[in-house]
Order: sequence, then C-alpha cells, then structure tokens
Amino acid sequence: MEGKVLEIEDLTVNFDGFKALNNLNFSMDTGELRVIIGPNGAGKTTFLDVITGKVQPTEGRVIFKGRNLRRTPEYQIARMGIGRKFQTPRVYLNLTVRENLDLICNKKKNVFSTLFAGSVPEEKRNVLSLLETIGLEAKADLQAAFLAHGEKQRLEIGMLVAQSPDLLLVDEPVAGLTDEETENVGSLLLALAASHSIIVIEHDMEFVRQIARKVTVLHQGSVLCEGNMDEVQNDPRVIEVYLGQQEEE
Amino acid sequence: MKSQSIKKRQLLIEAGIVGAIALLFAFLLPAFMSAFRLKLLGRFLSLAIVALGIDLIWGYTGLLSLGHGIFFALGGYALAMHLTLQLPDGELPEFFSLYGVSELPWVWQPFYSFPITILAIIIVPSIVAGLLGYLVFRNRIKGVYFSIITQASLLVFYNFFNGQQKLINGTNGLKTSTQNIFGVEAGSEPAQVAFYQVTILLLILTYCLCRWLTSGRFGRLLVAIRDDEVRVRFSGYNPTWFKVVVFAISGGIAGVAGALYTVQTGIITPSIMEVAFSIEMVIWVAVGGRGTLIGAIIGTLLVGFARSLLSEKFPEVWLFFQGALFLIVVTVLPNGIVGWWREEGVNMVRSLFGLRQEVVTYPSIDEAPEVQKEREEIGS
Repeated sequence: MEGKVLEIEDLTVNFDGFKALNNLNFSMDTGELRVIIGPNGAGKTTFLDVITGKVQPTEGRVIFKGRNLRRTPEYQIARMGIGRKFQTPRVYLNLTVRENLDLICNKKKNVFSTLFAGSVPEEKRNVLSLLETIGLEAKADLQAAFLAHGEKQRLEIGMLVAQSPDLLLVDEPVAGLTDEETENVGSLLLALAASHSIIVIEHDMEFVRQIARKVTVLHQGSVLCEGNMDEVQNDPRVIEVYLGQQEEE
Repeated sequence: MKSQSIKKRQLLIEAGIVGAIALLFAFLLPAFMSAFRLKLLGRFLSLAIVALGIDLIWGYTGLLSLGHGIFFALGGYALAMHLTLQLPDGELPEFFSLYGVSELPWVWQPFYSFPITILAIIIVPSIVAGLLGYLVFRNRIKGVYFSIITQASLLVFYNFFNGQQKLINGTNGLKTSTQNIFGVEAGSEPAQVAFYQVTILLLILTYCLCRWLTSGRFGRLLVAIRDDEVRVRFSGYNPTWFKVVVFAISGGIAGVAGALYTVQTGIITPSIMEVAFSIEMVIWVAVGGRGTLIGAIIGTLLVGFARSLLSEKFPEVWLFFQGALFLIVVTVLPNGIVGWWREEGVNMVRSLFGLRQEVVTYPSIDEAPEVQKEREEIGS
C-alpha cells in the first residue's frame, strides 16, 4: 500500500472565464486521511467533481493509482475505486435499506447480469455484515424514506463502504448533525481510515481538529498551504483569508 | 427463510388472481356482452398493453415519453401490411394502382411471411426506440427535454407516414377489416373473438414480463435511476444502457399493443400518431397509478369506458371530462387510484368497518421495527 493514491498536476477548471480551480497541485499518499478546508467559493466541491469525473478539467490532469482519469466516465471512475459521499445524504428513498445496499454490493454492474443474475450468497453476506456495521439491522426492510437524518447518513456511508473503494471522498459529513452524531461520524471515519485513503471536506473546525492529521487549505482555486492543524492555524495567510472574509460579512 | 416462503405464497396468490380474472374476461364476458361492447373491451385491453410499457418507462424509470404513438403505429402497420398482402398470387394491394406503383416496394416483401411479421411487430419498434433512446440518453438529455424530443420525433414520424402515399397509402392508411387472416375475414365475429382472446393472453404475458423486470435488482435499479441518477453513476452503474434497454422493451410492448389494436379497429392510419393520443396513454397511467403495473391496466380500462359511455350520452363534452379527470388526478390523487388505495384506501375501509390494525397494545410502539426485531429474537 505504498506510493501515491492521488496526484493532481496543474489542474485548471474554467467555467466561461471564471476559474473555479487555478493551477492546483495536490498529492496524497495511500492510506492517508486528508482534510480540505477553505472559505466559500474556494473550489472545494469543484475539486471533488473533477476527481469523480463529473466536471472535465480545462487543463492539467488527475492521476489515480497511476492512471490518468481524463475522459473517463463517472461510473468507470467509481468502479476503479473512488467513492463519493455527498453533502446531503443521497440514498434511494423508495428502496429499503437492504435493497439500497444490495444494489451497491452487486459485483457485475452491466445491464444483463443485473437483469438475469440474482444476488449470490457472498453478496448477501456482505449486505448482512454491512447492516450490522452501520447498525440498521432492525430497519433493513424499511424504506429508506422513513429513516432519520442520522440513519440516512450512516446508510450512505455503508453504501460507500459496500463499493470497497480505495479512495473515499467525503463532502461535509457533519453538516446539520448534533454534537453526539458528529463525534460518531468522526470515529466512523477514523475507523475507515485504517483501511482506506480518505479526503474530507469540512467547515466545522472542531470536527477538523478531531480527525485531521494533515490539512490542505484551498483559496481561490489553488492550494494556499498544507500542514498539520497547528501549522495551518498559525499561518498568517490562512488567518488573512478567513478574517478577511469575516470582515466582508 | 421465512420471508421467502411468504413471498412465494404471495406470488402464487397473485398468479391465481390474475389467472381467474383472465379466464373471466376470456370466456365468461363474451357470453354476456354485446359484440359491440366486447370489441371495445378488446381495444381497451390492447391499449392497456401499451400503458404497461409507458408505466415501465415513466412510472419506474421516470422518463416521460410522449412519443409512444410511434412504436404503437409501427407495430400496427407491420400487422396491417401482412394482412394487406393476403391476395391471390401476383396481385398487388389495390391502392398501389391509384399511385401508379406497379411493383411491390422492398419494404413490403418480408411481410408475406407471418413469422417475420410477428417478429417485426416486436423488433422494429424496439430497434427504433433503442436508437432514439441511445442518442438521447447518451447525451444525458432528461426530464422535460426528453419529453419534448419524443414528441418531436412523433411529429416527424406522423408527417413522414402521411406523406408516403406510394409506400403505405399515406393519410388513408391500411384497412384490415376486409382482409383475411388464416383464411378468415379479419372483421368477422369469430376472428374478432379470437383477437380478443389473444389480446388477453398477450396482456398477461406483458404483465408477467413487466412484473419480472420490475421485481428484481433490475427493477430496483430503474427506481434508483428515477430517484437519483447521479448517485447511480457514482455507484459504478452506467445508467445510459439501462435506460436504452428499458426504452427499447417499452417500445416493443407498444408495438404489440399497436398490432392488436389495429386488427380490432379494422384500420390503421397515421392519425394514430397524433400528439393527443400519445398524451392520452400517459393519462391512463397517471389515473391508474404510476409505478404500479395493475394501475396502468385499471386506468386504461376506466378512462376507456368512461370515454365511451360519456361520449355516447354527451358527445360534445368528453374532452372536458378527460381534462377534468386529469386535473383531479394530478391535484387530489397524485399517485393515481391504485397508489391512493395502497396508501390510504385500505385504512379508510378498515376504519369504516370499525377495524383497527391487529395490534393489542400501543400500536406505535408495537409496530416499531426495533421492537419487532427484538420480539423475533426472543421468540426464536
């Protein structure tokens, strides 16, 4: 598990003249847990969009496990091992918890095996153990629409794990959660970090302090600085960016 | 497993009910109903088949197609062409002489054969739907833009068919009622009863096909595409192919419906591809209940008979009724009749008879999934 899981070189994304990302360089090691922070409009979500193939870069390239992701469609990137957790929990509301997980545990995701092959015993076992991990066994046959917000959040993380990705991208996982739930999600992420590489995007500084080992600060589409939490917090540029923004507000 | 045997029993019960209703329709009704009503019923049942196709693509996959008239017409024309060719050797269908065509166009050649015609009824609309679907879905066109494109395609086909006098008799269409099928005149009573029974059989087959498609993983993925396509992509599925396949199947189903409708109407003309007719198909599904297969059938029969009764009594006002019906469904019963029944109707009937759900203690606690799970564990 040595080497770089993700390398990004000179990445620029140009939305009709507005540079959402500007010559961004970034790399992270396999097995690392990295937190990305930055003020609004810094390009954090665009950054994830480019990695997952939702947005094509204007210039530069994204290299995942040594392979260039240029022009690779989203579903293939997902199959290569990049999983993405969205800001609001996105589960399939009209399916039961079990069916939600079963769809992701399906190993062969082309049309015909989905149509003709049922779930094999191994996949069924996977679903059961995932249900246990996220603590939703009792609600396995309940429609996801009836779950509470925190339960949906857990279900979605379960769906991510079901994909068995090498790199997890997590967008603001604790927005709208109570303090206790925040801590639960934090420890869940730390537990996952033992076997996955994870990028977390977050605003909540308390939460960042709980989980962060290395922090990258984005500002106006480029990396402002990188380092551990203390270094970043004492960096004069970071203070200026955040305080400067506060004055505007 | 316990849940599996319950599922099996439910499936058996469902199959029994479907079979019983089918037998009732196929053998009992012809004895009671007048030939006129029976013919109407046969036509509505064939329309129910296309409604199932619409339900598959709209109710389950979330793609509102306003162009199913194309596939319906393609199936209808395929069978009508076969019937038109039932002539003594060397003779051409009559209308060709009007336009000075002396040789049978190549498009017509395969339709001498009955098996090829049957294949064409299913495959030609499927291929057209698949191609159209591929072009649209590959470019990620969805929502209202998809509906507009399907409607535009419908108009293209409509105008094309209207303009092809030399090929398919243009606006006048092809008359089937005076032609022979297996040596029997297609418009005669025995042939019509046979068509009626074949329609029931095919409706059941289509229902089973749709039931199978929507019950497994494939069906759940269709629902997933409907609810959150982006998420499906990020889960490693390519939604494009799923949508192409389901649109093609839906087109094939429409083709079958079109063929059955044509022989029971006695004629097919390009007017079958009028915009309003394709929109009506959507209304049947909306009235019955999107995403419920049985709803599509019920909706079609209900609207069909309402229409024929009302237009007999008050010929002028049917369109107003239809508009009002659609408005009522959209505003009061957004999930259609079957959707309403499943959500509220059952409980309403129960409370009418003074029944509560069968729970002795505090219902809300007793019905909580956690409590039930624990009870199961203690019980076992």
